[in-house]
Amino acid sequence: MSSLNKSPFLRIFLSYLPIIILFFSVFNEFDFNYLELDYFAFNFVHLLIFFWTLRNPDQLGYLAIFFAGIINDVVIGIPIGISSFCYLILCSVTAYIRNITLTPNFMKDWISLLFTILLINSIQVIILDLVFLIKVDYTNYLINSGFTFLFYPIFFIFFNFLNERISYQTND
Amino acid sequence: MAAGRDDFVIAIRSAFLKKKDKQKFSLLTLIILSIFVIVLSNLNFKAIQFVKLGINEVIYRSSHIASIPENKLKEITSKFKSHMDLYESHQKELIKIENSDQLKLQNEFLTAENEKLRELLDESINSEEIFARVLIDKDSPYLKSVVLNKGTKDKVKIGMAVIDDVYLVGQIIEVNYTNSRALLLSDLNSKIPSVLEPDDIQVVVSGTGSNFGTIEHTQIDFKDSFNNKEIIVYSSGLGGLFKPGIPIGKIDDSSNGQINFFSDFTQLNYVKIVSYKFGGEK
Repeated sequence: MSSLNKSPFLRIFLSYLPIIILFFSVFNEFDFNYLELDYFAFNFVHLLIFFWTLRNPDQLGYLAIFFAGIINDVVIGIPIGISSFCYLILCSVTAYIRNITLTPNFMKDWISLLFTILLINSIQVIILDLVFLIKVDYTNYLINSGFTFLFYPIFFIFFNFLNERISYQTND
Repeated sequence: MAAGRDDFVIAIRSAFLKKKDKQKFSLLTLIILSIFVIVLSNLNFKAIQFVKLGINEVIYRSSHIASIPENKLKEITSKFKSHMDLYESHQKELIKIENSDQLKLQNEFLTAENEKLRELLDESINSEEIFARVLIDKDSPYLKSVVLNKGTKDKVKIGMAVIDDVYLVGQIIEVNYTNSRALLLSDLNSKIPSVLEPDDIQVVVSGTGSNFGTIEHTQIDFKDSFNNKEIIVYSSGLGGLFKPGIPIGKIDDSSNGQINFFSDFTQLNYVKIVSYKFGGEK
């Protein structure tokens, strides 16, 4: 087990895992829509970017996030650049929180996430609806924001575990 | 007070301009770049269109490959659901089969008669069909669309009808070299000129973002005529893109004026992309 922990392959794999998950989710648009549950959708990519840019920004580069946004736009079929812009706004908020926070606190992060996703979803709706005249369902955006906020603690546990493994491997 | 404002400015400046060890670009640079991309993607320069087509081609193919595990999961969920509903659907099918032979003969006669009458009026409708496979079927809450594996190289054009069996499911809104995107009828931006039969009411069928449609733009108070009867919605052909009479969905007592589409948009695997030529059109 200890030899596995010291494996260079595992170290490289773990360090790239957040990026792999990010690109895999934008290509798949991961939100469990195939379950066909009414009024259920959440944005996994927002959670992923929020956590990693807040807690360990070295593992998720801004350039990768920019390209992930471009891919997301093409897959969903909205004008190219909108998701990149929203993801980078999310990064700006996390960078700001990181700068003003001395000791990270889960509850504060969670509350900040709510305001951040409401902000970026509002920006997206404004750009799509008012600039590009593409009709969007406001209820869906609101539901999506709500579930994204509610799911943060679950993914926080998973990402935090992963982050600890990465830190352990890097320090090792 | 001034110190507090200074701290805020420093934090903001640091967030936007400072680069971490492994970051190659600052946030501000990338935000400006993304605004530049948004503006560029809406300009109709040929060079930009080519770049856009290239990006679409690569990403659609990659997304199709990356979606394989999710599609398998979707297939298993669907099979399980269909297995659980087997008895109920079998009973429904039995009732349908009882009437189908009779209806088939009636339909053949009416089709032949209709064709003869159209020839007399010089209003013949010819169609060209292209069979396509659904590459990406993302049931996104924002835009209801599918990506098909046929593009300009197969003579697919914007505005062509997308048909599943005999039912209208959407229209082509974006065409690349080897693939295209079809906007489904359930999307909020979809508007199809239609006719309600048997009352012959002209309407526009609009998507809702959910798995049903609604009726828009009609002056007639049609809802009273819905009582106790089944209304079938067909394309009216008024837009000049689709032929009249393609079945779209139905409104019955239980649907509260909503249109239940005939085709299940979550189960689309193969569809037909159809273009129509009316009368003496070349």
